[in-house]
Amino acid sequence: MFLAIFGGALIGLSASLYWSLNGRVAGISGILSGVLLNHGQERWLKLLFLLGLFAAGMVFVRFGDRVAAPTLPLLPLALAGLLVGFGTRLSGGCTSGHGVCGLSRLSVRSLVAVPTFMVAAAITVFVVRHVLKLWLPS
Amino acid sequence: MAAVVKALLIALACGLLFGVGLCVSGMTDPANIGAFLDVSGKWSPNLAGVMLGAIAVHASWLHFAARREPADEKRLLPGNGKRIDGALLGGAALFGVGWGVSGYCPGPAIVALGSGALGAVVFVAAMAVGILLCEGTRWTTKRSGKPSAPLR
Repeated sequence: MFLAIFGGALIGLSASLYWSLNGRVAGISGILSGVLLNHGQERWLKLLFLLGLFAAGMVFVRFGDRVAAPTLPLLPLALAGLLVGFGTRLSGGCTSGHGVCGLSRLSVRSLVAVPTFMVAAAITVFVVRHVLKLWLPS
Repeated sequence: MAAVVKALLIALACGLLFGVGLCVSGMTDPANIGAFLDVSGKWSPNLAGVMLGAIAVHASWLHFAARREPADEKRLLPGNGKRIDGALLGGAALFGVGWGVSGYCPGPAIVALGSGALGAVVFVAAMAVGILLCEGTRWTTKRSGKPSAPLR
Protein backbone atom coordinates (compact mmCIF):
# COMPACT_ATOMS: atom_id res chain seq x y z
CA MET A 1 0.00 0.00 0.00
CA PHE A 2 2.90 2.36 0.73
CA LEU A 3 4.26 1.85 -2.80
CA ALA A 4 0.77 2.48 -4.22
CA ILE A 5 0.49 5.85 -2.46
CA PHE A 6 4.12 6.77 -3.22
CA GLY A 7 3.71 5.88 -6.90
CA GLY A 8 0.50 7.86 -6.95
CA ALA A 9 2.31 10.86 -5.49
CA LEU A 10 4.88 10.64 -8.32
CA ILE A 11 2.00 10.65 -10.82
CA GLY A 12 0.53 13.69 -9.09
CA LEU A 13 3.91 15.44 -9.19
CA SER A 14 4.25 14.71 -12.90
CA ALA A 15 0.77 16.10 -13.60
CA SER A 16 1.61 19.18 -11.51
CA LEU A 17 4.92 19.90 -13.25
CA TYR A 18 3.38 19.36 -16.68
CA TRP A 19 0.58 21.76 -15.85
CA SER A 20 2.80 24.43 -14.31
CA LEU A 21 5.69 24.26 -16.77
CA ASN A 22 3.92 23.41 -20.03
CA GLY A 23 0.40 24.58 -19.22
CA ARG A 24 -1.16 21.28 -20.19
CA VAL A 25 -3.25 18.58 -18.56
CA ALA A 26 -1.51 15.22 -18.16
CA GLY A 27 -4.38 13.06 -19.38
CA ILE A 28 -2.95 10.10 -21.25
CA SER A 29 -5.95 9.43 -23.50
CA GLY A 30 -5.92 13.11 -24.51
CA ILE A 31 -2.18 12.97 -25.15
CA LEU A 32 -2.55 9.83 -27.27
CA SER A 33 -5.40 11.50 -29.20
CA GLY A 34 -3.13 14.51 -29.75
CA VAL A 35 -0.43 12.32 -31.26
CA LEU A 36 -3.01 10.97 -33.71
CA LEU A 37 -4.95 14.16 -34.45
CA ASN A 38 -2.72 17.20 -33.80
CA HIS A 39 -0.02 18.54 -36.07
CA GLY A 40 3.42 20.06 -35.80
CA GLN A 41 4.79 21.13 -32.45
CA GLU A 42 1.72 20.00 -30.49
CA ARG A 43 2.05 16.49 -31.85
CA TRP A 44 5.76 16.34 -30.96
CA LEU A 45 5.06 17.53 -27.43
CA LYS A 46 2.56 14.72 -26.92
CA LEU A 47 4.75 12.16 -28.62
CA LEU A 48 7.61 12.93 -26.22
CA PHE A 49 5.33 12.54 -23.19
CA LEU A 50 4.32 9.10 -24.48
CA LEU A 51 7.98 8.31 -25.17
CA GLY A 52 8.68 9.00 -21.48
CA LEU A 53 5.95 6.53 -20.47
CA PHE A 54 7.31 4.01 -22.94
CA ALA A 55 10.88 4.44 -21.60
CA ALA A 56 9.67 3.86 -18.03
CA GLY A 57 8.16 0.57 -19.21
CA MET A 58 11.39 -0.41 -20.96
CA VAL A 59 13.40 0.17 -17.78
CA PHE A 60 10.96 -1.36 -15.28
CA VAL A 61 10.33 -4.52 -17.28
CA ARG A 62 13.97 -5.43 -16.51
CA PHE A 63 13.49 -5.09 -12.77
CA GLY A 64 11.00 -7.32 -11.04
CA ASP A 65 7.50 -8.07 -12.20
CA ARG A 66 5.79 -4.70 -11.94
CA VAL A 67 5.21 -4.40 -15.67
CA ALA A 68 3.30 -7.56 -16.50
CA ALA A 69 2.54 -8.72 -20.01
CA PRO A 70 -1.17 -9.12 -20.78
CA THR A 71 -2.40 -12.64 -20.11
CA LEU A 72 -5.58 -12.21 -22.11
CA PRO A 73 -6.01 -13.71 -25.60
CA LEU A 74 -5.43 -11.16 -28.36
CA LEU A 75 -9.04 -10.89 -29.56
CA PRO A 76 -10.61 -9.75 -26.27
CA LEU A 77 -7.56 -7.56 -25.75
CA ALA A 78 -8.16 -5.84 -29.09
CA LEU A 79 -11.88 -5.39 -28.37
CA ALA A 80 -11.08 -3.92 -24.96
CA GLY A 81 -8.54 -1.55 -26.51
CA LEU A 82 -11.13 -0.41 -29.03
CA LEU A 83 -13.62 0.34 -26.22
CA VAL A 84 -10.99 2.14 -24.14
CA GLY A 85 -9.93 4.33 -27.09
CA PHE A 86 -13.47 5.10 -28.24
CA GLY A 87 -14.86 5.60 -24.74
CA THR A 88 -12.10 7.86 -23.44
CA ARG A 89 -12.26 9.99 -26.56
CA LEU A 90 -16.04 10.31 -26.32
CA SER A 91 -16.01 11.20 -22.62
CA GLY A 92 -12.88 13.33 -22.89
CA GLY A 93 -10.63 11.58 -20.41
CA CYS A 94 -9.42 8.43 -18.71
CA THR A 95 -8.10 7.44 -15.28
CA SER A 96 -5.48 10.19 -15.47
CA GLY A 97 -7.37 12.98 -17.24
CA HIS A 98 -10.69 12.61 -15.41
CA GLY A 99 -9.41 10.64 -12.42
CA VAL A 100 -6.24 12.41 -11.33
CA CYS A 101 -6.36 15.82 -13.05
CA GLY A 102 -10.13 16.32 -13.20
CA LEU A 103 -10.90 15.29 -9.63
CA SER A 104 -7.98 17.40 -8.36
CA ARG A 105 -9.55 20.50 -9.90
CA LEU A 106 -13.08 19.42 -8.91
CA SER A 107 -14.29 19.31 -12.51
CA VAL A 108 -18.00 18.53 -12.54
CA ARG A 109 -17.61 16.37 -15.64
CA SER A 110 -14.89 14.33 -13.98
CA LEU A 111 -16.91 13.94 -10.79
CA VAL A 112 -19.55 12.27 -12.99
CA ALA A 113 -17.20 10.38 -15.30
CA VAL A 114 -15.04 8.69 -12.64
CA PRO A 115 -17.84 6.91 -10.72
CA THR A 116 -19.39 5.98 -14.08
CA PHE A 117 -16.31 4.20 -15.42
CA MET A 118 -15.47 2.70 -12.02
CA VAL A 119 -18.92 1.15 -11.66
CA ALA A 120 -18.97 0.01 -15.30
CA ALA A 121 -15.56 -1.61 -14.82
CA ALA A 122 -16.54 -3.31 -11.56
CA ILE A 123 -19.73 -4.71 -13.15
CA THR A 124 -17.70 -5.90 -16.13
CA VAL A 125 -15.17 -7.69 -13.93
CA PHE A 126 -17.98 -9.30 -11.95
CA VAL A 127 -19.72 -10.54 -15.09
CA VAL A 128 -16.54 -11.75 -16.77
CA ARG A 129 -15.15 -13.53 -13.73
CA HIS A 130 -18.14 -14.73 -11.76
CA VAL A 131 -21.03 -15.01 -14.21
CA LEU A 132 -19.37 -15.98 -17.48
CA LYS A 133 -16.31 -17.45 -15.68
CA LEU A 134 -14.26 -16.56 -18.75
CA TRP A 135 -10.90 -15.96 -17.16
CA LEU A 136 -9.93 -16.54 -13.60
CA PRO A 137 -8.41 -13.88 -11.37
CA SER A 138 -4.65 -14.13 -11.47
CA MET B 1 13.13 27.89 -30.64
CA ALA B 2 14.78 27.32 -27.27
CA ALA B 3 11.35 27.54 -25.62
CA VAL B 4 10.09 24.73 -27.82
CA VAL B 5 13.07 22.51 -27.00
CA LYS B 6 12.54 23.19 -23.31
CA ALA B 7 8.85 22.32 -23.57
CA LEU B 8 9.70 19.09 -25.40
CA LEU B 9 12.23 18.10 -22.73
CA ILE B 10 9.69 18.89 -20.00
CA ALA B 11 7.14 16.68 -21.77
CA LEU B 12 9.66 13.83 -21.96
CA ALA B 13 10.64 14.21 -18.29
CA CYS B 14 7.04 14.43 -17.12
CA GLY B 15 6.13 11.35 -19.18
CA LEU B 16 9.03 9.46 -17.65
CA LEU B 17 8.07 10.51 -14.11
CA PHE B 18 4.44 9.60 -14.78
CA GLY B 19 5.53 6.19 -16.08
CA VAL B 20 7.81 5.57 -13.11
CA GLY B 21 4.88 6.45 -10.83
CA LEU B 22 2.65 3.95 -12.63
CA CYS B 23 5.29 1.20 -12.37
CA VAL B 24 6.11 1.89 -8.70
CA SER B 25 2.43 1.93 -7.78
CA GLY B 26 1.87 -1.44 -9.48
CA MET B 27 -0.80 -0.10 -11.83
CA THR B 28 1.09 -1.56 -14.78
CA ASP B 29 0.09 -5.05 -13.66
CA PRO B 30 -3.48 -5.78 -14.86
CA ALA B 31 -3.83 -8.27 -11.98
CA ASN B 32 -3.71 -5.36 -9.53
CA ILE B 33 -6.46 -3.54 -11.42
CA GLY B 34 -8.58 -6.69 -11.45
CA ALA B 35 -8.04 -7.12 -7.71
CA PHE B 36 -9.40 -3.61 -7.10
CA LEU B 37 -12.34 -3.88 -9.49
CA ASP B 38 -13.38 -7.34 -8.32
CA VAL B 39 -15.43 -6.34 -5.31
CA SER B 40 -16.67 -9.87 -4.76
CA GLY B 41 -13.26 -11.49 -4.83
CA LYS B 42 -10.13 -10.88 -2.77
CA TRP B 43 -10.45 -7.10 -2.82
CA SER B 44 -7.34 -4.94 -2.86
CA PRO B 45 -7.53 -1.20 -2.07
CA ASN B 46 -4.24 -0.40 -3.87
CA LEU B 47 -5.76 1.53 -6.78
CA ALA B 48 -7.58 3.79 -4.33
CA GLY B 49 -4.21 4.44 -2.67
CA VAL B 50 -2.69 5.44 -6.01
CA MET B 51 -5.55 7.81 -6.77
CA LEU B 52 -5.38 9.24 -3.27
CA GLY B 53 -1.62 9.87 -3.48
CA ALA B 54 -1.90 11.43 -6.94
CA ILE B 55 -4.88 13.65 -6.12
CA ALA B 56 -3.43 14.76 -2.77
CA VAL B 57 -0.26 16.01 -4.49
CA HIS B 58 -1.92 17.49 -7.58
CA ALA B 59 -4.84 19.15 -5.78
CA SER B 60 -2.52 20.80 -3.22
CA TRP B 61 -0.22 21.92 -6.02
CA LEU B 62 -3.11 23.50 -7.92
CA HIS B 63 -4.39 25.10 -4.73
CA PHE B 64 -1.08 26.77 -3.90
CA ALA B 65 -0.37 27.70 -7.51
CA ALA B 66 -3.72 29.47 -7.72
CA ARG B 67 -2.95 31.33 -4.51
CA ARG B 68 0.44 32.46 -5.67
CA GLU B 69 -0.80 33.46 -9.09
CA PRO B 70 -4.50 34.42 -8.87
CA ALA B 71 -4.71 34.79 -12.64
CA ASP B 72 -4.18 31.05 -12.80
CA GLU B 73 -7.39 30.34 -10.99
CA LYS B 74 -9.34 30.68 -14.21
CA ARG B 75 -7.31 27.86 -15.67
CA LEU B 76 -8.35 25.52 -12.88
CA LEU B 77 -11.46 24.68 -14.82
CA PRO B 78 -10.56 23.80 -18.39
CA GLY B 79 -12.61 24.88 -21.37
CA ASN B 80 -14.63 21.71 -21.71
CA GLY B 81 -17.04 23.19 -19.19
CA LYS B 82 -19.66 21.50 -17.10
CA ARG B 83 -21.79 19.77 -19.67
CA ILE B 84 -23.05 16.40 -18.50
CA ASP B 85 -24.38 14.58 -21.54
CA GLY B 86 -24.74 11.20 -23.16
CA ALA B 87 -21.25 11.40 -24.62
CA LEU B 88 -19.72 11.83 -21.17
CA LEU B 89 -21.77 9.07 -19.54
CA GLY B 90 -21.75 6.65 -22.47
CA GLY B 91 -18.07 7.21 -23.17
CA ALA B 92 -17.12 6.67 -19.54
CA ALA B 93 -19.23 3.49 -19.42
CA LEU B 94 -17.63 2.09 -22.60
CA PHE B 95 -14.20 2.91 -21.24
CA GLY B 96 -15.10 1.14 -17.98
CA VAL B 97 -16.09 -2.02 -19.83
CA GLY B 98 -12.82 -2.09 -21.79
CA TRP B 99 -10.82 -1.36 -18.64
CA GLY B 100 -12.63 -4.10 -16.72
CA VAL B 101 -12.05 -6.68 -19.45
CA SER B 102 -8.35 -5.95 -19.91
CA GLY B 103 -7.09 -4.27 -16.74
CA TYR B 104 -5.48 -1.61 -18.92
CA CYS B 105 -6.28 2.07 -19.10
CA PRO B 106 -4.34 4.28 -21.54
CA GLY B 107 -1.33 5.12 -19.30
CA PRO B 108 -0.38 1.61 -18.22
CA ALA B 109 -1.01 0.39 -21.78
CA ILE B 110 1.66 2.75 -23.17
CA VAL B 111 4.04 1.72 -20.38
CA ALA B 112 3.36 -1.95 -21.19
CA LEU B 113 4.26 -1.16 -24.79
CA GLY B 114 7.78 -0.51 -23.49
CA SER B 115 7.93 -4.16 -22.41
CA GLY B 116 7.56 -5.16 -26.05
CA ALA B 117 4.74 -7.62 -25.32
CA LEU B 118 2.63 -8.42 -28.39
CA GLY B 119 -0.57 -8.03 -26.36
CA ALA B 120 0.37 -4.47 -25.45
CA VAL B 121 1.03 -3.62 -29.10
CA VAL B 122 -2.37 -5.02 -30.08
CA PHE B 123 -4.10 -3.16 -27.24
CA VAL B 124 -2.52 0.22 -28.03
CA ALA B 125 -3.17 -0.18 -31.76
CA ALA B 126 -6.83 -0.98 -31.01
CA MET B 127 -7.00 2.03 -28.70
CA ALA B 128 -5.74 4.26 -31.51
CA VAL B 129 -8.36 2.82 -33.86
CA GLY B 130 -11.03 3.50 -31.22
CA ILE B 131 -9.95 7.13 -30.91
CA LEU B 132 -10.00 7.61 -34.68
CA LEU B 133 -13.39 5.87 -34.97
CA CYS B 134 -14.83 8.21 -32.36
CA GLU B 135 -13.34 11.20 -34.10
CA GLY B 136 -14.69 9.95 -37.43
CA THR B 137 -18.24 9.85 -36.14
CA ARG B 138 -18.25 13.58 -35.44
CA TRP B 139 -16.34 15.27 -38.20
CA THR B 140 -18.64 18.27 -38.05
CA THR B 141 -17.65 19.30 -34.53
CA LYS B 142 -13.93 19.51 -35.46
CA ARG B 143 -12.87 19.26 -31.84
CA SER B 144 -9.29 18.50 -32.72
CA GLY B 145 -9.04 21.70 -34.70
CA LYS B 146 -9.32 23.95 -31.68
CA PRO B 147 -6.21 26.00 -30.93
CA SER B 148 -4.10 24.67 -28.07
CA ALA B 149 -3.08 26.68 -25.05
CA PRO B 150 0.13 28.67 -25.49
CA LEU B 151 3.29 27.26 -23.97
CA ARG B 152 4.25 28.86 -20.73
